[in-house]
Amino acid sequence: MTTMTTSSGPVQVAKPTVASHLHDYWGRVRGGDIGSLPAILGLIVLCLIFGTARPTFFSAVNFANLFSQGAAVIFIAMGLVFVLLLGEIDLSAGFASGVCGAVMAILLTDHGWDWYSAIPVSLVTGLVIGFVLGFLVSKVGIPSFVVTLAAFLAFQGILLVLLSGGKNISIRDKFVLSLANDNMSVGLSWVLAIIAIVGYAAVQFMRLRGRAARGLVTDPMGIVLARIAALAVLLLAAVAVLTQERSINPLIISVKGVPIVAPIIAVVLIVWTFVLGRTTYGRHVYAVGGNKEAARRAGIPVDRIRISVFVIGSFMASIGGIVAASRANSVDPNSGGSNVLLYAVGAAVIGGTSLFGGKGRVLDAIIGGAVIAVIDNGMGLMGYSAGTKFVVTGLILLLAASVDALSRRRAAATGNR
Amino acid sequence: MAATPLLELRGIDKSFGPVQVLHDVGLSVYPGEVTALVGDNGAGKSTLVKCVSGIYTMDAGTVTFDGNQVAIHTPRDAASLGIEVVYQDLALCDNLDIVQNMFLGREKVRGIVLDEPTMEQMAGDTLASLSVRTVKSLRQLVASLSGGQRQTVAIAKAVLWNSRVVILDEPTAALGVAQTAQVLELVRRLADNGLGVVLISHNMNDVFAVSDRIAALYLGRMAAQVKTSDVTHAQVVELITAGRSGNLGLPPEKPAAAGFADLTPPGADL
Repeated sequence: MTTMTTSSGPVQVAKPTVASHLHDYWGRVRGGDIGSLPAILGLIVLCLIFGTARPTFFSAVNFANLFSQGAAVIFIAMGLVFVLLLGEIDLSAGFASGVCGAVMAILLTDHGWDWYSAIPVSLVTGLVIGFVLGFLVSKVGIPSFVVTLAAFLAFQGILLVLLSGGKNISIRDKFVLSLANDNMSVGLSWVLAIIAIVGYAAVQFMRLRGRAARGLVTDPMGIVLARIAALAVLLLAAVAVLTQERSINPLIISVKGVPIVAPIIAVVLIVWTFVLGRTTYGRHVYAVGGNKEAARRAGIPVDRIRISVFVIGSFMASIGGIVAASRANSVDPNSGGSNVLLYAVGAAVIGGTSLFGGKGRVLDAIIGGAVIAVIDNGMGLMGYSAGTKFVVTGLILLLAASVDALSRRRAAATGNR
Repeated sequence: MAATPLLELRGIDKSFGPVQVLHDVGLSVYPGEVTALVGDNGAGKSTLVKCVSGIYTMDAGTVTFDGNQVAIHTPRDAASLGIEVVYQDLALCDNLDIVQNMFLGREKVRGIVLDEPTMEQMAGDTLASLSVRTVKSLRQLVASLSGGQRQTVAIAKAVLWNSRVVILDEPTAALGVAQTAQVLELVRRLADNGLGVVLISHNMNDVFAVSDRIAALYLGRMAAQVKTSDVTHAQVVELITAGRSGNLGLPPEKPAAAGFADLTPPGADL
């Protein structure tokens, strides 16, 4: 019997440079791990096309509009990312948002509640809906497609019943209306942007120092600085545009500042990104999405994780419903219907979340939501009918899904999956 | 080599309904040694391993671990004793990296935040103690690893938790020549680090390359447990297929003494 010598010492890893980091990234992209890259490139191309065809596309007014137009879909899509990470689907998210919006509107208008009691009830409605869906999927074992398809129809019915056969409930609560329609002051806009940039830089540097202190491989300083600079440029440019005067007649009413909904999106993004990336729960969501059997053997409570993603999905749908009701100033039997669900699923998938589970980020929902908002807005400016917009959005969703499927195949071929 | 077994099974019986799969099976696993567990399909290797790891409960028999009699009822019991099993399908998540896979289900946290630096350091130390130098980065996705590297990660995952006994189910079955050599070298190193290693294998070359002892199961009975250096290739094959070889193995069956022994094993792998 031969005896091998046991040598110790860390696993030999070359210290990455900026060049090797970029090279590795390109290698992953070629290997089928493309993430949000197509969505970001598509977003740039679409902006250039619409901007050249209709110069008003680039106006400050229109840029601000994009936020309020896209917000509701983005919130629902962020919840759907969790559901999609397990390879499940929630087709009822659209009407769930409608039901939650209606619950809030009825409490506010018909019962005279205040926003601070009506909104929590609406959010809890979302949690309950999610729990019921998740329970049916994981404990009873009905495929999520069927459960949520049934819920899709049922919630549409509940919405009609809540609105007593189809009346329209308008919202007059100032706080709720401000969510999707008002802007922050110019000063606050700048302060929040700077806090965000400094916070991001601090997190990046702390991680770098923590890892370096332990002698672990760190990202090259050039890449870290580039990331921080990119965020800074993006945020400062956006704030600079949004703090311009957008009113047609500034003497009567002044409209400027970042829409209130933008920091709400940012906070929700940070919270969920933290949960997915930095907590045990998030790790387990990815594990269940990647290999359910491996997760089960590792002692992860698979059923509880499956219920939880539906709870998060419907909870985010309720936020989307509240924001949609705020933007429309009312709730009607079609709230959360027509294109809302498809736009939300489309946003998550276009952003790079895989329909096969295990791959995706909350940020994807925002990038994909931006693509959809730009298409909707740009084609509207160019005078296309709703019909044409639906066809184009449908085709783009199909394109994103094919990119997902093909990159998965490529990943399998190159041993990346 | 140590004289007292680290893990000792005696008189294990296991039935599934009317089918008795294990009859009075005994097995000794010594620290610092590789014990090869061989036997044909349906001989009861997997059942025995699942009994030891707590997935199945034994009908009868005793388990002695480190000199004390213990009861193993659940996988958690086995894990808390320090018995880890690396299954054939490895159970790794392709979409997670090496560190994430090694700590799956047992993540280190600080407050509510995952303690990534500590986990990465521990994973790196474990791989280094196994002299694994084939991975480029600990943050590589498991999807991008070769079969041998995946096996390495799965084994390292089992070793990470100060385990005392590691049971490997056909670790080389799906590997090429070079990768098989790498994995066998790793198996040897586990034993040299003082662990008790049980290697389930069909491949006689692998068995003779790394094992110190061979335990041969035949139709649910332990035909023989011998030192590898005391037997030949042909004798082990006979033990697997006929249950005995010369004066080794099970006594001749009483009723079938005159006729030909039925060498055909039952088809299903119980």
